[in-house]
Amino acid sequence: MSTASQLTSTEPVDRDATAVSINNLNKWYGNFHALKNISLKVTSGERIVICGPSGSGKSTLIRCINQLERHQQGSLTVLEETLDEDRKRLQRIRRNVGMCFQHFNLFPHLSVLKNCTLPQTANLGLSQAEAIEYALTLLDRVQMREHANKYPGQLSGGQQQRIAIARALCMRPQVMLFDEPTSALDPEMIAEVLEVMVDLANDGMTMLCVTHEMGFARRVADRVVFMDRGEIVEEAPPQQFFDTPQSPRTKQFLTQILDHGVTTA
Amino acid sequence: MTVLTKQLHSDRQAPPRHPWKHLATRWIKKQLFPTPFQSCLSLTTLVLLLWFIPFALDWLLFSATFVGDSKADCVGDGACWLPVTQRIELFVYGFYPDTEIWRVNIAFGLAASILPVLYLKQVDRRWVLGYLIVLPFLMWWLLKGGAGLSEVSSTKFAGILVTIFLGVIGMLFALPIGILLALGRRSKKPAIKLLSVLYIELVRSVPVITLLFMASLMIQLFFPEGMTIDIFLRVLIVLIMFTAAYMAETIRGGLQGISSGQFEAAEALGFSYWKTMGLIILPQVLRNTIPPLLTQFIGLFKETTLVVVVGVLDVVGIAMSTTSAPEWLGLEHEVYLFLALFFFIICFTLSHYARHLEKQMEKSRL
Repeated sequence: MSTASQLTSTEPVDRDATAVSINNLNKWYGNFHALKNISLKVTSGERIVICGPSGSGKSTLIRCINQLERHQQGSLTVLEETLDEDRKRLQRIRRNVGMCFQHFNLFPHLSVLKNCTLPQTANLGLSQAEAIEYALTLLDRVQMREHANKYPGQLSGGQQQRIAIARALCMRPQVMLFDEPTSALDPEMIAEVLEVMVDLANDGMTMLCVTHEMGFARRVADRVVFMDRGEIVEEAPPQQFFDTPQSPRTKQFLTQILDHGVTTA
Repeated sequence: MTVLTKQLHSDRQAPPRHPWKHLATRWIKKQLFPTPFQSCLSLTTLVLLLWFIPFALDWLLFSATFVGDSKADCVGDGACWLPVTQRIELFVYGFYPDTEIWRVNIAFGLAASILPVLYLKQVDRRWVLGYLIVLPFLMWWLLKGGAGLSEVSSTKFAGILVTIFLGVIGMLFALPIGILLALGRRSKKPAIKLLSVLYIELVRSVPVITLLFMASLMIQLFFPEGMTIDIFLRVLIVLIMFTAAYMAETIRGGLQGISSGQFEAAEALGFSYWKTMGLIILPQVLRNTIPPLLTQFIGLFKETTLVVVVGVLDVVGIAMSTTSAPEWLGLEHEVYLFLALFFFIICFTLSHYARHLEKQMEKSRL
């Protein structure tokens, strides 16, 4: 994996630059207040894990970052560009922010390779040859090169998710968003996907992950953000978050999600 | 276990001496005589067919008259195909000038070339698409003339020429317009959405024959005196717009079948609206809607026959003029059978092609 390790970060990462800055973000679905005054700053190279009970707004939050969901109040700055109504700016941001979904969302009518090359040729203006070369390196990295000519429907969930990660990386993103990437997988396939994500994190990719994989959070996160009912309840480095949670809501959540008393360790 | 494998092995080594005979008897037993009731049905059908087929073949072919000059030459008991064979040029080319018939033949060739072109796998899609876009204009130019070719008045157009021309050009235009209407109906822009909905609902609520009458009689009222649009072009536009409205609804159904995740993934990768539609959503939609779309193509092809009510002589028009011509009076059966055969061959080919496409899709989607 070391051969491909430099691929995702072509420029040296400026550790102090702000990658994502969220200020007083509010979102409503009708009368339901989904996000309440969310503020969060993510610096380049930082790995954030967002967790919380279902319906807490964690997916909505990261989907706001590339505007798959629109917010009604507050401001969002992604890679030094503040989101507004400008479609061109939004597209530019989206091309720099990769996203992986719970249900992979690979394009079923395209082969694995084409899934990875089409975004490059259509949106980055690369030639077919360049796109194929880069796609194959990334497929190699997620160990899916041998399946390059298959169609998504022929592959397992874990394999599809690894391809989805490769496809997102094909756009040379500076930030990666993961929206519960392992929730739809069979247990035996979770590890292979997490492995790719750990590898990516070790590379210095800026990552925001919504996940219930607490082991992953402990291993790679710089910060764990706990959300409940549309609010950020607690925000701490993993050690502190798991060992000495401050809020009672966090404590309750952790006892619910962690089996067999792992928290006591 | 070993016995079983041995048996299997020997089976493979010594297949039945007449495998096809064996298969045939098995098929007949399984398909035709599985239960007493089914056997009864099969036998009745067989008897009816045995009685009917020789009778039909005799009338259609063996006792029929193919060669001759007039009705008087039809002396046999069978069909008298003379009104068709004697007037075949009229049926195919209408009143097109004899010296220019090669142009019609080229146009027919171009129309027929669509199917093999769609079969080509190695050729770049963009070339195929480009060809399909240029084709209707090429056909129009060949038939109408101008720009180097002598002009032919559309009053000379008639027969199969009209039917093929309306059908093929109609199909090539109706699909893209139908796609645009379907996208319009789902648009987030209220004006576009309202216009699309109004258009689709209006056109779908009016019989096509009414629209044809409107095209032939009313449109002229809106133009200044002296300015006319070719009647041929007018009925063509009506057929296109009518079919497009129906296709829009079929495609809209297909669009609803695409999960929102596909749109989101495309958006997240930075695809623009048109790229999302053209590269990701529509290829999937068209794949899923091939069967209903081809049904509509076949419908359009048959609906072209309605133009006869506004005085455009398509192949049905020629057939009607033939049956009412004094020298061929009383031979309606043969003429209309010929008509039915003509439509059957084309529509059956189309539906067969649709089935082939579906099978291919299934294979690639596995």
